Amino acid sequence: MKERFAIVGSALLLALPLAFGAARAKAQSIGFLSTQLRPVVETTRMRTAILKDFPQKVAFIPTFPEQLLIQATADSKRAKPTLSLFGALHGELEPLVPAGLLAPVDALAPMAKARGVPAGLMALARLGTMHEMYIPWMQATYIMAANRKALPYLPKGADLDHLSYQQLAQWAANITKATGRRMLGFPAGPKGLMPRFFEGYLYPSYTGGVVTTFKSPAAEKMWAFFKGMWKYVNPNSTNYNFMQEPLLSGDVWIAFDHESRLLDALRQKPTDFVAFPAPAGPEGRFYMPVIVGLGIASHAADAAGAAALVKYLLEPKTQLLTLEETGFFPVVRVAMPSNLETGVRLEAAAIQAMQSAPDAKQALLPVGLGKHDGEFGQIYMNTFQRIVLRGQTIGSALAIEAKDLQRIMDAAGAPCWSPDQPSQGVCQVR
Amino acid sequence: MRRDRLLAYALIAPSILFLAVIFLIPLGQTIALAFTRHGTFGLANFARMAGDLNFRNAVANTLGLVIVVVPLQLALALGMSMMLRHLKRGRELILWIWSIPLGVSDLAAGLVWLGILTEKGYLNTILYHLGVIHGPVSWLTYETPLALFIGILVAEIWRATAIIFVVLVAGTQLIPAEFEEAASVFGATAWQRFRRVTVPLLRPSIQTALILRTVLAFEAFAVVLAIGGQNFPVLLSQAYLWQDTNQDYGVAAAYAVLIMLITLAATLFYLVALRPRAGEVA
Repeated sequence: MKERFAIVGSALLLALPLAFGAARAKAQSIGFLSTQLRPVVETTRMRTAILKDFPQKVAFIPTFPEQLLIQATADSKRAKPTLSLFGALHGELEPLVPAGLLAPVDALAPMAKARGVPAGLMALARLGTMHEMYIPWMQATYIMAANRKALPYLPKGADLDHLSYQQLAQWAANITKATGRRMLGFPAGPKGLMPRFFEGYLYPSYTGGVVTTFKSPAAEKMWAFFKGMWKYVNPNSTNYNFMQEPLLSGDVWIAFDHESRLLDALRQKPTDFVAFPAPAGPEGRFYMPVIVGLGIASHAADAAGAAALVKYLLEPKTQLLTLEETGFFPVVRVAMPSNLETGVRLEAAAIQAMQSAPDAKQALLPVGLGKHDGEFGQIYMNTFQRIVLRGQTIGSALAIEAKDLQRIMDAAGAPCWSPDQPSQGVCQVR
Repeated sequence: MRRDRLLAYALIAPSILFLAVIFLIPLGQTIALAFTRHGTFGLANFARMAGDLNFRNAVANTLGLVIVVVPLQLALALGMSMMLRHLKRGRELILWIWSIPLGVSDLAAGLVWLGILTEKGYLNTILYHLGVIHGPVSWLTYETPLALFIGILVAEIWRATAIIFVVLVAGTQLIPAEFEEAASVFGATAWQRFRRVTVPLLRPSIQTALILRTVLAFEAFAVVLAIGGQNFPVLLSQAYLWQDTNQDYGVAAAYAVLIMLITLAATLFYLVALRPRAGEVA
């Protein structure tokens, strides 16, 4: 009997401070629900390293993208909401606006602008309203990389940081002429991210849109150009999934891919490779930033704390720490420290050069497609296959695929997203 | 007597139940999935499948692969099992070596052959040292469909001939030596003995091996995907694409049903074409 008392007593003694501690932490901690940094390694790094120097306690809660709206809604209906801040992709934050779950963050915009968040990103963050609805937090994107052996063949007057698609084609042609080999490469393999090249780079740069302009005369010109350039593209491209591999093996000298899929090459042989922005077309230097934003909950338990946390996360030193810990690049202007890994520094410089180029414009990841995103990408790959690989007439190939594209847009019920102009109702192929 | 018969059924029942649960029910679900689109019953999924850009290529590639690879493998396996029959020493060792590919996973086999056939692979290294080629040559691209097909063919033959071979070796061991001896006493040549005695007696084994192998050939996937990727679409890789990338389970199910129908037809064909003829011992 005595023993039992002792056990219960000590358990109580142990539990009491824990319970109090939890209650106190709950009262003070800022609820931060995030669809990003979900893998347990990244979550741990966020909690233990990135948030370490923030004075207040933060409850960082990773969640699945499809759960964000549900959890945010449920929390807003509680007597005492616990969430204050949402971290999610641009397209994931958008549905929170009509649900009234995001509070405008105009008060934080001057801070973000002063720290160098590009105006284009700030404009996107309005999510179609008059107010800033989120503050850009971190980003990933697609860039280009080249073997230094390719540099002597750059066309005259071409500047690596301000390349045009015409110059890229000329560059690849020069290499083929000199070496007899086709050294430009694209990740057009089964698991490659080639669809994003069409959606966020080539289509917008040539047509100013991606859905509405799908079969426009500008699109026809673009495909004619791309088909011409493909003569200098390594035919193994339809097998490449990660461009870092053919870059490292020397099968390809110039490549386009997601920065994380080029990083190994730049990491392993930083003196052999250069990284640079994507080229520009007639409509500008479109690129596809994968933007993660921070939105403050309209029912925030601690709005002031959330705002302070946003400021903290946008500090240059926190942004650098985020880069080192998670591989997501800064959205603010930062001086890359010399002890930063060379591969990462090369990519960071390329990304900064890309987003600060005078003709830089942003194309978004598809918004509102949900499970149709894969099929949407397939439309661009099918068009590519028809026109470039099978030599079908451009006009008829575009007409066939445009029908399928419209069918997908109708099925998803998705309005247009940037680079296309906003639409009333479902986005229409013109 | 009656109790014995009941006992037999009782003993079989668990396995039937097991198959029903993990095979028949999913099969029924797949068929249902294939014939429903947006809640309505019909052929819409099949229409989308047929309208798929790579559908025709997938059908042609799959059939082409089966038509070329299965007879080749049968011939090879027959030859191998005959050679093995006449070996006196080292038979077990050779049997063992020839069966190695059976133990290698499809994907691993595909990757091994990819390593051999790729631009900077072993094949090109050897050809380069022999002076046949002067730099890396691509064999596995959309621009070299014949080389790509041969590459996949070689890999499939390497990987899967052993399946036929093992079945045939088991079959040859059941053929009494007296039959051949009798034939040679009557003056039959080696070819005649093979053609008139061995092959007919081996027919049940050949039938089993062909059914097994053809069904598997229609389901070729990992080797093809590793070597050919989307450059060589086959039915199963298209099913995978619709399921995984396009997340359209209906069209993926339609592909699955099509593969099932084709393999069923092939099985029926073998059952009829290779059935024991009158006067033969089955």
